[in-house]
Amino acid sequence: MSDSLNKPASLFSKDTIDGEIATLNLGPTHPATHGIFQNVLTVDGEKILNSVQTVGYIHRAFEKLAERRPYNQITPITDRLNYCSSPINNMGWEMTVEKLIGAEIPKRVEYMRVIIMELARIADHLVCNAVIGVDTGALTGFTYMFQQREAIYELFEEVCGARLTTNIGRIGGFERDFNDTFYKKLDAFLKNFPKHFEEFDSLLLRNRILMDRTINAGPIAGDRALEYGFTGPNLRAAGIDYDVRVMNPYSSYQDFDFTVPVGTQGDTYDRFCVRQEEIRQSLKIIRQALDNMPEGHHFAANIPEFYLPRKDDVYTKMEALIYHFKIVMGETPVPVGEVYHSVEGGNGELGFHLISDGGRTPYRLQFRRPCFIYYQAYPEMITGQTISDAVLTLSSLNVIAGELDA
Amino acid sequence: MSQLTNDSVLNRLQEQFGPAIISHEVPYGLLTVEVQSEKAHDMIAWLKEDDVLKMSFLTLIGAVHYPDQKGRELCVNYHIHSLVHNVRLRIRAFVPIAEPNIATITDIYIGADWQERETYDFFGVNFVGHPNLTRILNEDDMDYFPMRKEYHLEDATREDKDDRYFGR
Repeated sequence: MSDSLNKPASLFSKDTIDGEIATLNLGPTHPATHGIFQNVLTVDGEKILNSVQTVGYIHRAFEKLAERRPYNQITPITDRLNYCSSPINNMGWEMTVEKLIGAEIPKRVEYMRVIIMELARIADHLVCNAVIGVDTGALTGFTYMFQQREAIYELFEEVCGARLTTNIGRIGGFERDFNDTFYKKLDAFLKNFPKHFEEFDSLLLRNRILMDRTINAGPIAGDRALEYGFTGPNLRAAGIDYDVRVMNPYSSYQDFDFTVPVGTQGDTYDRFCVRQEEIRQSLKIIRQALDNMPEGHHFAANIPEFYLPRKDDVYTKMEALIYHFKIVMGETPVPVGEVYHSVEGGNGELGFHLISDGGRTPYRLQFRRPCFIYYQAYPEMITGQTISDAVLTLSSLNVIAGELDA
Repeated sequence: MSQLTNDSVLNRLQEQFGPAIISHEVPYGLLTVEVQSEKAHDMIAWLKEDDVLKMSFLTLIGAVHYPDQKGRELCVNYHIHSLVHNVRLRIRAFVPIAEPNIATITDIYIGADWQERETYDFFGVNFVGHPNLTRILNEDDMDYFPMRKEYHLEDATREDKDDRYFGR
């Protein structure tokens, strides 16, 4: 299938064209693309014959930056990958380092992480599905769902003080325990959200306009999706039930009972449906984690060599001051090794390939960015479709510029 | 279905490729085999078709630069995953920086296209046979490979970057 590889527009066979062809720039900045993506489309009327992508507009050299930063300073970089679900990236990175140093994480911390990560997944999927609504002309659902996303951001704010680029947690756990306000707000969210969400669902799921616009828009078959390296909801929409949370459980995901929704066609409608169902499953996981949260008030593993101590301890306790100094100055011995760890991010398998030579910074850190890998399939998915379908396909793939370009 | 283990995967690979496998290790539970660079393509192609291992999902391609290893400066890593057996494998091949040639695997996995372009963009690994081996994230007229270790993040001796222009 070398035909589907990035083929410059000029090479496109003219035999298949019956009208006049035109070249159209979709992007790099365009309100419909929700990010900086350039697609040079060759169109015949409104039918797309070919597309050539340009990526890299917001490349920030994160992998190079990571080679100069101590381990705890890399967490803020990961925020800026998929910024719709930063906590998953943060915790994925923290778990990678914990795997490298062999830290044992208490069950309670893992459950706390699960709650935060699933909240992030809900926020991520909400944005994606609400935007699918917008692109089909239904703005109302979007405004209602963004109120709910706001509630999730308030929860993050309660835990880490930040909303979008969260830098949540530490290597070893969290910087503080969940406070009472957090639990109160979480209870309110769990009570209110399903109501609003089901209303949103009923507004769109069987809506004639949405169905007509999304069914068969931007489809990809399961085997093609695997060839391209799809993961996450987009792969599951194509009927392949690969979910890192189930296949390689991390952070105690094996303790939770949830189902992995799959689609059949791999089209925009299936991607929409899969994300909708995953939001419900995430809620289920959060409820289980809350109910079964182990007793206690510990919120971090006992790894003083790597866990940044509380600031007030640094000023008053000698040990904390010493460890703080050692961590910040990079005096802590880190094991030499090579580790790959992956988590189920909002858009698929988010992997961290970390090589440590024992120094204060990684020797090499590579991110497996799911968006970057599956965005390659976009030309194949939109060829033969209309421009409006292309816009919908792009939003349903949920390509996040930050993750695409790193 | 019998459970595949790292040992059984390694045994099967050794049966098939024998001397091409230079070394193997299992860092943090992930079987890693070093293979002769000219055999990497064949091994990945064979793994995809093999009925026993069914390693047909390409997770990641990346490179690492080891400037001190003369003749084997660039290491190309392939992470392959068997979704059927849930076993992962890392294949690595070293190429000299003077002639960083390795066969492309875009004929095996379409998804390797951009990942190989990215690896080329940052490390200068020349994936022979790639249909469009051009820079992807960096600008097209860049004349060096920035992830190589000789390029430091910020050169403190730069004179064109005067702090006055940045209001500091």
